[in-house]
Amino acid sequence: MATLQFREALREAMTEEMERDDDIFLIGEEVAEYDGAYKVSKGMLDQFGHDRVIDSPISELGFAGLGIGAAMNGLRPIVEFMTFNFSFVAFDQVINNAPNMRYMSGGQFEVPIVFRGPNGAAGQLGATHSNSTEALYSNFPGLKVVSPSIPDDGKGLLKTAIRDDDPVVFLESELMYGLKDEVSEADDYTIPIGEARVAREGEDVTIVAHSKSYHIAMDAAEQLEAKGYEAEVIDPRTIKPLDMETIVESVVKTNRLVVIDESNPFASVASEVTHQVQDRAFDYLDAPILRVTAPDTPAPYAPNLMDAYMPGADETVDKCLRVLYAQ
Amino acid sequence: MAADTSAPDPDSGSNGSLHEGPGLPDDFPHAARLEQAGVTSLEHLREVESLEELTGIGPAYANDIERALEELGESEGGGTTSTGETTEKRSSPLSSNGASEDSAEGPATHQSIDIPEGPIKETLSFETYPADRYKHDELGFEADEVLDLLSNMLLQRRFENRCRQMYQRQKISGFLHLYIGQEAVSTGSVNAINLGDDSIITAYRDHGMGLAMGMDPEACMAELFGKATGCSKGKGGSMHFFDAERKMMGGHAIVGAHLPLGAGIAFAEKFKGTDNVCLCFFGDGAMHQGAFREACNLAGIYELPIVFVCENNQYAMGTAVDRAFSKPDLYKHGYNFDFPCSLASGMDVFSVNQAVRDHVETYARQDQPSMLEVRTYRYQGHSITDPAEYRAEGELDQRQSEDAINRLQDYILTHDLATEADIEEIDEEAKQRVKNAIDAANDAPFPDESALYDDVYTQEDYPFIA
Repeated sequence: MATLQFREALREAMTEEMERDDDIFLIGEEVAEYDGAYKVSKGMLDQFGHDRVIDSPISELGFAGLGIGAAMNGLRPIVEFMTFNFSFVAFDQVINNAPNMRYMSGGQFEVPIVFRGPNGAAGQLGATHSNSTEALYSNFPGLKVVSPSIPDDGKGLLKTAIRDDDPVVFLESELMYGLKDEVSEADDYTIPIGEARVAREGEDVTIVAHSKSYHIAMDAAEQLEAKGYEAEVIDPRTIKPLDMETIVESVVKTNRLVVIDESNPFASVASEVTHQVQDRAFDYLDAPILRVTAPDTPAPYAPNLMDAYMPGADETVDKCLRVLYAQ
Repeated sequence: MAADTSAPDPDSGSNGSLHEGPGLPDDFPHAARLEQAGVTSLEHLREVESLEELTGIGPAYANDIERALEELGESEGGGTTSTGETTEKRSSPLSSNGASEDSAEGPATHQSIDIPEGPIKETLSFETYPADRYKHDELGFEADEVLDLLSNMLLQRRFENRCRQMYQRQKISGFLHLYIGQEAVSTGSVNAINLGDDSIITAYRDHGMGLAMGMDPEACMAELFGKATGCSKGKGGSMHFFDAERKMMGGHAIVGAHLPLGAGIAFAEKFKGTDNVCLCFFGDGAMHQGAFREACNLAGIYELPIVFVCENNQYAMGTAVDRAFSKPDLYKHGYNFDFPCSLASGMDVFSVNQAVRDHVETYARQDQPSMLEVRTYRYQGHSITDPAEYRAEGELDQRQSEDAINRLQDYILTHDLATEADIEEIDEEAKQRVKNAIDAANDAPFPDESALYDDVYTQEDYPFIA
């Protein structure tokens, strides 16, 4: 194991894959000369040159579409959005072109592309720079959506995403790029898309949480332990396909579920998990499923409002205690 | 088919003298175009007083050439077509342009903020390809190949006519956009490329292009009928024809959205180091989308082997082109990206063929993106349900008098390439092929219901949720 920052783990994944396969290239704003807006691609230009680490102008619609066309013609692009907030100006490309091409060509064209970059709120950036896109992109068949919470998963899943023959939306986080943790040094380390990770085992309540919310869940689990409750924390890691087997198995054991999801609540990942659990494990539930999400408002700027906006460990503990009928 | 890559210059040389000499350096910008214009050495090039007067050298090219001469330390050359900032060096994000590699400290702007004494003047020149200018033998077509062109155009027209009928009989559903009137554009273009190596991507009015590329009319008609034997297995429909083998990269149905794909297809060819190019077709309406601008700009900075072909059929749905454009000379829009730009008649298959050849061989194969506007006219409404009441009285008749199929038939008869009976037979053949396609489509099965879940993901056991 090596101790790496999240950004370094992602860089290792891209670098290893680009060393392995000459058809892979990285394109995006500031990925080359600037070394990446968040330094994820730092040094990659020096290693791979301008032909494979390519600066794009501020032209998300253009370079997302260029990536898709290149993928249709035999390459394996990694398209970096400086943030997924900017993916909205490329929305048509990401949701209409990338995932539909295989289907509407009767399987003749595949689009092996990764759209990656930070997603979700990252401090006091205001409404336009704080969107969570996982529910949105998960709504479109043909896309896979991956959202890791720790560097090790980041590396293993990004390598798998790059090898996937279908388009993958790979959601990172500005606030986690500096997060240091152990990362496997195994040769060719990959993690399958679609498999959740049981981060902490417990008998009393299940907490499902991905990306930054996973860390809230682990905090909350420690606080619950101090109160005498053992929470089981599941990080789905992949939003689509969602590993419902692992989640349902846990709920069958704990009979209680809280889902943390920093998205706005309506039609969110938390909504989907909730629906599927009631569908598959209704008889095992001893309490309503509760969610911890952002409120149904745009993200604010003022620090106190932003604190109120983001899901937190205290709220999570509170909701866990409620489904445990402990308060 | 005619694959003569040394297409004659349409405007036979304002400068025909061939200078002996060491020749232009291989990597000299637009060397092929210069040589076509009769300039074969640097020495000769330096003597040229006005670059823009050379055939095929527009102001954009003149700028490139001047820059190159300056880099060689020969900045005294005349022929300035523009002054001031536009002559400054441009750097490409790709390593093929060495500008950003020159500096160990990273990228640097070469643009001056010392504003020159004005006004800044530019002289523009655009190549044209009018109807009735080109002869088949000059283009390298044998007599039988001319008949093949006619056969293909007739196949498209008969196919589309019968599609309209099949829609009325409710065999075809959904949106149906017919290509009638525009057949010279598809046939002329496809016969200017290396089919199977070069790619074509187009918009939703895609039947004609598919048939021109040699797609099987049975697979095309079956697709329209929604049958399992369709070119997209009955899951694409009229607007989504694809044929990977022929590098028909699709019919695309969101206006403008496929232009960046075209840039990407061309990017992949350059990345892989092939000589292949991409023809990216789109309608006049697509040029309003930001995707047009973004695709052109990316193609420009990455120096991609692509021709942006605007198939201007005069109407974006019901909106006439001059009602919708601040600058209705669409070919000029490419100039904003320093592209060579041309204007061709889409009512003469030979004009289209010459124009596309020039753009492919002179520009795209030299990694110079370009823009070609082809003026044509659709005889039907925007889609099958559109009675096209927005046309002026007599407009359709007037346009139909320019019909490309009639023009080619007249040409064939005038040049004794075939008899009226031969032409009649070719038409009957086309009709029969379409009839066979209809019969086959009628007989073919609809897709199995399980096909709903096929080809969503590569992964066969993807966990679909009921």
